[in-house]
Amino acid sequence: MSKTKTVTEKKKEENFKVKIYIMGQAYEVPATLTIMKAMEFVGYKFTRGSGCRAGFCGACSTVYRKEGDFRIYTALACQTMVEGGMVLTQLPFVPADKPEYDINNLVPSANAVLRYFPEVARCLSCNACSKVCPQDIKVMDYIQHSLQGQIERAAEGSFDCVSCGLCAIRCPAEIPQYHVAQLVRRLHGKYLMKTPAYLGERIKEIEDGKYEDGFKELFSLSKDELEERYKNRDKE
Amino acid sequence: MKLIGGYTEEMRKSIDNVNKTRSKRLNEVFPHMTMEERDKVLKENHPDYKQEVKRAIQHGKNKGDIVPDEVADVLESYPIINPDDIDLSKIDYDVGVLVIGAGGAGTAAAIWANYSGVPVDDILVSSKLRHGDANTVMAQGGIQIADRPEDSPLIHYLDAVGGGHFDNIPELAKALVSDAPAVLKWHKDLGTMYDLDENGNFMVLSGGGTSRLRMHSAKDYTGLEIFRVIRDEFRNLEIPMLEFTPAIELLTDETGRVTGAVLYHLETKQYFVVRAKTTIMATGGFGRLHVAGFPTTNHYGATMDGVLMAYRANATLRNLESTQFHPTGAAYPEQIVGLLITEKVRGLGAQVLGRDGEQVCYPLEPRDVEASAIIRTCTSTDNYIESPTGMRGVWLDSPLIEELRGKGTIKKNLAAMDRMFQRFSIDMTVDPILIYPTLHYQNGGVLHDEWCHSSIPGLLIAGEVSGGVHGKNRLMGNSLLEINVFGRRAGIEAAKEIKKAKVGNLSLDHVRKNISTLDSLGLKKKRYAPMLLPEYRSDIVRHRLVQLYE
Repeated sequence: MSKTKTVTEKKKEENFKVKIYIMGQAYEVPATLTIMKAMEFVGYKFTRGSGCRAGFCGACSTVYRKEGDFRIYTALACQTMVEGGMVLTQLPFVPADKPEYDINNLVPSANAVLRYFPEVARCLSCNACSKVCPQDIKVMDYIQHSLQGQIERAAEGSFDCVSCGLCAIRCPAEIPQYHVAQLVRRLHGKYLMKTPAYLGERIKEIEDGKYEDGFKELFSLSKDELEERYKNRDKE
Repeated sequence: MKLIGGYTEEMRKSIDNVNKTRSKRLNEVFPHMTMEERDKVLKENHPDYKQEVKRAIQHGKNKGDIVPDEVADVLESYPIINPDDIDLSKIDYDVGVLVIGAGGAGTAAAIWANYSGVPVDDILVSSKLRHGDANTVMAQGGIQIADRPEDSPLIHYLDAVGGGHFDNIPELAKALVSDAPAVLKWHKDLGTMYDLDENGNFMVLSGGGTSRLRMHSAKDYTGLEIFRVIRDEFRNLEIPMLEFTPAIELLTDETGRVTGAVLYHLETKQYFVVRAKTTIMATGGFGRLHVAGFPTTNHYGATMDGVLMAYRANATLRNLESTQFHPTGAAYPEQIVGLLITEKVRGLGAQVLGRDGEQVCYPLEPRDVEASAIIRTCTSTDNYIESPTGMRGVWLDSPLIEELRGKGTIKKNLAAMDRMFQRFSIDMTVDPILIYPTLHYQNGGVLHDEWCHSSIPGLLIAGEVSGGVHGKNRLMGNSLLEINVFGRRAGIEAAKEIKKAKVGNLSLDHVRKNISTLDSLGLKKKRYAPMLLPEYRSDIVRHRLVQLYE
């Protein structure tokens, strides 16, 4: 994106810098940058720690403190602006076991959750997971809903998860919340959200070759005829 | 600088215009462009039609094709390894199916190869970054599937080829639309949470250039939801995966057949030799080349590696002259310039407005037409809005969605968008958002047939790396569909292929040949590729870089 920078912006960058600490080392960086771009600005070329760069993939989970503040803050580096006095590091990887299961042999219930994640029963309701979530998901709530077998609520409540793993790092009960979330969403999507009947009917029509003649006819048209057909197609 | 609700006072003046006209615009439909008007706006504004930023490919199967300079630069690059440094007599992995790329297409291909009888130990997947660091998870708006009784694969086909300027390969477009319902069934059976309406039917919206309500979605995390479910399935099947280990060259044999690849571990810096009976290329697109200087919606690793590797191995390419610019990238605030504002925002009813608060075009023209109309407003008129950093854009009137579909619609259906803007103190439920086209999709790529065979034996192609499905322009929702349809087909086909494949002696002779061809071109600048990762370090840092002897 450096190519698109304007003169005004460059000037502004020179005039307005903040001091941040990347893994303990102090750097002056333009105040207009995200954490990710600030790290690149000072010379880091990411292998880990950069994925979609748009807040969807969870590759860039970052932990920081601020000068004079005891709290631990968390963020996605691509979605968060630098602030003066930040002391930050990125998490290159989150170790968390994902058990293997066959989704076809499960029922959407608390038992399914506890069979693969018995540690869910150890939840202390401390809410550290919710506080740490960069997506502002109420993580503890969906863990509790999973434990109670409220699969739909757990699935809906965890839907915006980007699997960054910060919750699992903070959890004193050692629960890999984001893996639990994946299981409950699949249980909900498979067993509780019904599939409309018309889908199966359309698949059968295609398998039976109902549209083959139609395709043959479309393939036989000249480009002009096809364009004419396209222009005159009706719109819903 | 004083900001009110995230915007400057200057921008607020224009937002006042937007607010004033909103009630009048509630039922106002801006007329569609005629085919002639579309042609004109494209030719005058779309970067595809600007010959000064393009040039002819000088070598290989597609010699003479006119492509963007950035694409030609990559194709005219020297390899990043010396073939003589690689010991091909030591094979590290010997498999039936090698899948290069671990986004939606690669993951689907590996799963379907296994479903079709290939044991997991006979499959290997190479991923440049983590499993799923791909454009797939960033696709927000939806996936096109002609499943409703009001719709049909034939209508979907007509929309796709019309949108593609009738340059799509007919058999590929037919495969795309015909497999769509089966893909949806697969996703549902795996437990993907597609949005349903109050009657239990799939919630559907229209997309740019579609004549039916055909866009199926999972809020505005559609790609993420589809992907994380198939990745979970992949992990449950325990298919072997190497992360941070991209392919850097294909391998061939004396017949020219593709016989595997050389992989390179980005962190430990060692190479691995993979012999494979069949190789599936699913490396994705090229957004990080920043074609024509545009910002991009694409993920960090979208650097066209697969097209280059295949071209060196003598594959035929197609439609690389055409690049998709998404009409609505963020133009403000600066930190998110170029990021995707999903087409679903317009699908739900948001209009595109100039500084005066009036509509500048029909909001759901095909993507290239819509992007051109927005570029025209920002470059040939004075009806644009300028951001404090000098970025021009037009308004996308998101609050109109709440007026049309009820309060709370945005939070429910556009949670990701809403969250992104909230992070910068902008409330898109009450204020419009500033947008400008952004580099989004590689329309062309490696040519293949309807069962994914490239022009070289042993190499199958699936996903954005491919060319021919979308012609010169892809419609919204056809890429999430494409990766599933052709990923699935590639996996099924690979299972058949490995039964009859005969692999000769592993060779990098095609790379040596490529080097001598490049030598003969008299290139002014010596470049090296695959790029693997783009360069964003500042110039000050880059001038200090030094390679140490080991």
